[in-house]
Amino acid sequence: MGKLIGEAVRRVEDRRFITGKATYTDDIKLPGMTYAYIVRSPYAHARIKKIDTSRAKSAPGVIAVFTGEDVKDVNGLPCGWQVNFRNGDTMKEPKHPLLVADKVRHVGDNVAMIVAETREQAKDAAELLDIEYEVLDAVTDPAKAIEEGAPLVHDDVPRNICFDWEIGDKAKTDDAFAKADHVVSLEFRNQRLIPNAIEPRSAIGVYDAARDKYTLYTSSQNPHLIRLLLCAFVLGIPEHKVRVVSPDVGGGFGSKIFHYAEEALVTWAAKQVGRPIKWTAERSESFVTDAHGRDHVTKAEMAFDKNGKILGLRVSTIANMGAYLSTFAPAIPTYLHGTLLQGVYDTPAIYCEITAVFTHTTPVDAYRGAGRPEATYLLERLVDTGARELGMDPAEIRRKNFIPPFDGVKQPGYQTQVALQYDSGNYEATLNKALEIIGYDKLRKEQEEARKQGRYIGIGFSTYIEACGIAPSAVVGALGARAGLYESSIVRVQPTGKVTVYTGSHAHGQGHETTFAQIVADTLGIPLEDVEVVHGDTDAIPFGMGTYGSRSLAVGGSALRKGLDKVIEKGTKIAAHLLEAAEEDLEFANGEWKVKGTDKKITFGEVALAAYVPHNFPEGMEPGLEFSTFYDPANFTFPFGTHIAVVEVDPETGKVTLKRYVAVDDVGTVINPLIVDGQVHGGIAQGIGQALLEEAVYDENGELLSSSFLEYAIPRADDLVSFEVDRTVTPCPHNPLGVKGAGETGTIASTAAVVNAVVDALAPLGIKDLQMPLTPRRVWEAIQQAKAS
Amino acid sequence: MEIPIKLTVNGEVVERRVEPRLLLVNFLRDVLGLTGTHVGCDTSSCGACTILMDGKAVKSCTLLAVQADGAELVTVEGLAKNGELHPIQEGFWQEHGLQCGFCTPGMIMAAYQLLEENPNPSEEEIRHALEGNYCRCTGYHNIVKSVQYAAKKLNR
Ligand code: FES
Ligand code: FES
Repeated sequence: MGKLIGEAVRRVEDRRFITGKATYTDDIKLPGMTYAYIVRSPYAHARIKKIDTSRAKSAPGVIAVFTGEDVKDVNGLPCGWQVNFRNGDTMKEPKHPLLVADKVRHVGDNVAMIVAETREQAKDAAELLDIEYEVLDAVTDPAKAIEEGAPLVHDDVPRNICFDWEIGDKAKTDDAFAKADHVVSLEFRNQRLIPNAIEPRSAIGVYDAARDKYTLYTSSQNPHLIRLLLCAFVLGIPEHKVRVVSPDVGGGFGSKIFHYAEEALVTWAAKQVGRPIKWTAERSESFVTDAHGRDHVTKAEMAFDKNGKILGLRVSTIANMGAYLSTFAPAIPTYLHGTLLQGVYDTPAIYCEITAVFTHTTPVDAYRGAGRPEATYLLERLVDTGARELGMDPAEIRRKNFIPPFDGVKQPGYQTQVALQYDSGNYEATLNKALEIIGYDKLRKEQEEARKQGRYIGIGFSTYIEACGIAPSAVVGALGARAGLYESSIVRVQPTGKVTVYTGSHAHGQGHETTFAQIVADTLGIPLEDVEVVHGDTDAIPFGMGTYGSRSLAVGGSALRKGLDKVIEKGTKIAAHLLEAAEEDLEFANGEWKVKGTDKKITFGEVALAAYVPHNFPEGMEPGLEFSTFYDPANFTFPFGTHIAVVEVDPETGKVTLKRYVAVDDVGTVINPLIVDGQVHGGIAQGIGQALLEEAVYDENGELLSSSFLEYAIPRADDLVSFEVDRTVTPCPHNPLGVKGAGETGTIASTAAVVNAVVDALAPLGIKDLQMPLTPRRVWEAIQQAKAS
Repeated sequence: MEIPIKLTVNGEVVERRVEPRLLLVNFLRDVLGLTGTHVGCDTSSCGACTILMDGKAVKSCTLLAVQADGAELVTVEGLAKNGELHPIQEGFWQEHGLQCGFCTPGMIMAAYQLLEENPNPSEEEIRHALEGNYCRCTGYHNIVKSVQYAAKKLNR
C-alpha cells in the first residue's frame, strides 16, 4: 500500500503463464468448431487462370471452399495512413483483396480458404485444389522496382512508386554541404526483417444467428482497431454487432497491429458456415504473411566542419512497401523515420527524401522501433564514421554535437529541423553514465593491448532518441493518420472499494496487469490486490487504440491516471459531505480523507460504499463512483539513451562474439523497474538480431529463401550475454505520470551499437563499413578483401 | 484406423484411441485439453512444445502420439504440486523470466531437464542448454537469472 510507483513489483499476471493456464487464441475450443486452412500462392507474381474447387469440396470432412470469386464484392484490407506525393497527388493505394481472384502478388498471397471438420482434413483438401497459374516476372529489390521496364506489381502504378515524400530544407542543407570541411557518405540496405513473435497468428470467427452477433478472437495488439477496420471498411457490418477479443497474445513487436485477411475471412465465413471457424498460422505461413519490417535502401551523408561539428545531414531512401499497403506502412519511412533524423544532435540543416515502392514481396510495416531504428542506424553509423575519418574519439564527437539539456518546463522543448519538438532531454548524462559503467578509458587500453596480440576487440556506441506515445490526434491527422491516437480508460470503483479498471491498451507481454494496477493502487492508496485490470475485449473496454509504438503507459497509463483523479475529486465531495467538512479542509492520502489538523477521517472503502448506497449523499449528486476518460496527449514523448557494445571478431572465421553490452536509457519516470528492464533486454536482443543474424532474403523469382527458422536466425540464448542496464530519469513534462515509454529503446539503439563495435574492431584492417547482418561469412569476406588490398 | 494408446500424463493414466499421424503436441492440446504446451514452429526449432517424456525433455511436435504409448509424460500443468509452484516456476516469476509467456512452458521444461542433469550450471551452461528454446521477448537475460534462482532454491 502507498508508494507503489517505482517498485519492482512481481507481475500479477504471471501465475497463469507459468502454470500453463494462459489462454491464447489457439487454446480456445468452441462447440462445433471447424478449422480453416488458407491456400497460398507459391509464386511471387502470377495470373490465376483457373481454380477448380470440385475435388477439394468433396474431400472428407470439407465443409466449404472459398475463393476470390466468393469475396469479390467484399472490400479489401484498408490502409490507415495516407501520405501524399510531393506534388500533392494522393498515394497509390491498390486493393488488397481477402482472397485473390486474378493475380497473386507475393509468395503467400491468399488464394483460397478451406473449412473442414479438422485442421488435418482442411490441409489435406488443399492438395486437391486445382489451381492453374501463369507465372509472370517479379521484382523484389526496391531499387530495381523503380527502374523503367521493371515488372509492375499493380498495372496502374507506374514504376511501382506508391508515393514520394520529403522533409527538411533542401537548399539550406545543400549549402551546408558546400561549405563543409569534411563529408562522410554511406550506402547500405537496412535489411528486411521478419518479426517472428513466438505465438503464430490465430483467429476464430463466430456468428450467433439468434443474436445476430459476431465474435472474433484474434491474436491482435489492438482489438478495437481491428473491429473498426473489419466492420467499417472491409465487411460493412455494424460495429455494435461485433465483439473482438484479443486474449493472451504471445508477443507482437508490431506484427500483430495490422488487420490481416484471415481475421476478416473467418468472421465473414462463420456466418456462411454457421459454425465457429478457427485459423492458426503455421510458422511457415508466419514467415510469408506477417508484415515484415525495415527494408530501406539508403544513401546518407553527413557534413562536418574540421572540428567535428555536424553541419548538415542528407538522406535519400527507397522504402519497400511490399506488394500491398499494410495498415500503417506509409507512416514508417516518413513520419517515424524522416522526422527522427535530428537524433540527439544539434544539426542545423537536414533534408530527407523517401520513395516508397511496391515489390512482389510480403507487405512491410511497423516492426519494433518502426522507422526509428532505421533513422538511428544511419545517424549513428555516420557520426562514428565521421569520428574515425576526422581522427576523433566517438564519445567526444557525440559530446561535441549533443543538444544541450532541457527539461521542457524551465527550458522550452527543442524544436528540430524535421517537424518534431522534443519534450525533455539530457543526452550527455546518459553517455557519461554509460562510459563510467563500461570503464571506457581502461577498455580502450585493453583494446590497444589486444590489438598488439592480433586480437580484434571493438567498442561501439549508439546515442539515440526515439518518439513514443504517438499523438496528438490533430497532429497525426494532419500528417495523414486516418485514426485518432488517444487512449481510454474506465475506472470502476466497486461498492466495497475494490477497483476494476478497463483500458484500451493491450498487453502481449508488457505486464499492464501489474503496471496499471500499481498506478491505481498508488494513486488511491489501496492494496495492489484490490485492483483488477481488464483489457482486450471490445465488449468490456472503452474504445481504445491498443498497444504499439511504446504508447501504453504514456497514453493509456495517463488516461488511467486522469480517470483516477476524477474518482478522487468526486470522492472528496462525498467525503466532505459525510465528514461535514469543507472540501478544502480535506486531504487525501493513503486511501483516506482526513480533515486537516483533526483525527476525523473516512476511508476510500467507506466513500465507495456511500456512493453505491447513497442514503446520506450530497444533494443532486449522481450515485456511483465510475469514470470513463479519453486522453489525447499534447505531444509525443522522446526517450533517449546511450548504448555501448563490446565485441571481439575472430579474424580466422569472421565470427563476432558479443563480450559486453551496456545500456543507459532515459524513459522518464519508471513505474516498475523490473518490467522496464525486461523491455530493454528484449529490445536489445532484437536489435542485435538485426546486426548479426537476421535477414529476409528473396531470390530473383521472388521466392523467400529465408522462410523458416532453419534459414532465418533469431537470437538464441547462447548468441547473447547478460546486459548491463542502467538509467537516468528525465520526466516527460506533458503527461501526468512523467513517463516516456520503454518498449522499443533497446531495438532502436542496439543495432548501430553492435555494427559500430564490429567496424571499430576491424578498423586497423582499413575496414570502414559492413553490410548487415554481420554473419561470419560476410565479415570473413570483408577481412579477406581488406587484407588483399 | 485409430490405434489405442495408454500412457501417464502428469501422474494420471490416460487411455485413448488416436489417428496414427496425430502429433503428440496436438494429442496433448486438442485431445487432452492441456493447452499449456505450445506450438511455435513447424521445423522442430523453437522448443515451445517441450515436455518431459520418461524424464527427458523432448519436443512434442517431433513425436507422434502413438510413440508415447506406455510413456510417462509431464507437461507444464503437472509441475506445481497442491497449488505450490515448482522452484523453476517460482524462479521465472521472481526474476521476471517471461513477458508474453508463450515460450515459457517449454523453457521451464527444458530448464527442468538441465537442472536434473546439472544442478549447478554456469551462465554459459544455461545458455547452451536453452539454445533449442526460442524467446523473442526477454533477450534471455532474465531467463538465465530465473534458472539460477531455481538452481539455488533446489540445492538448498
Ligand atoms: S513447436 Fe516444437 S519445436 Fe517449435
Ligand atoms: S516470453 Fe514471449 S517468447 Fe518468451
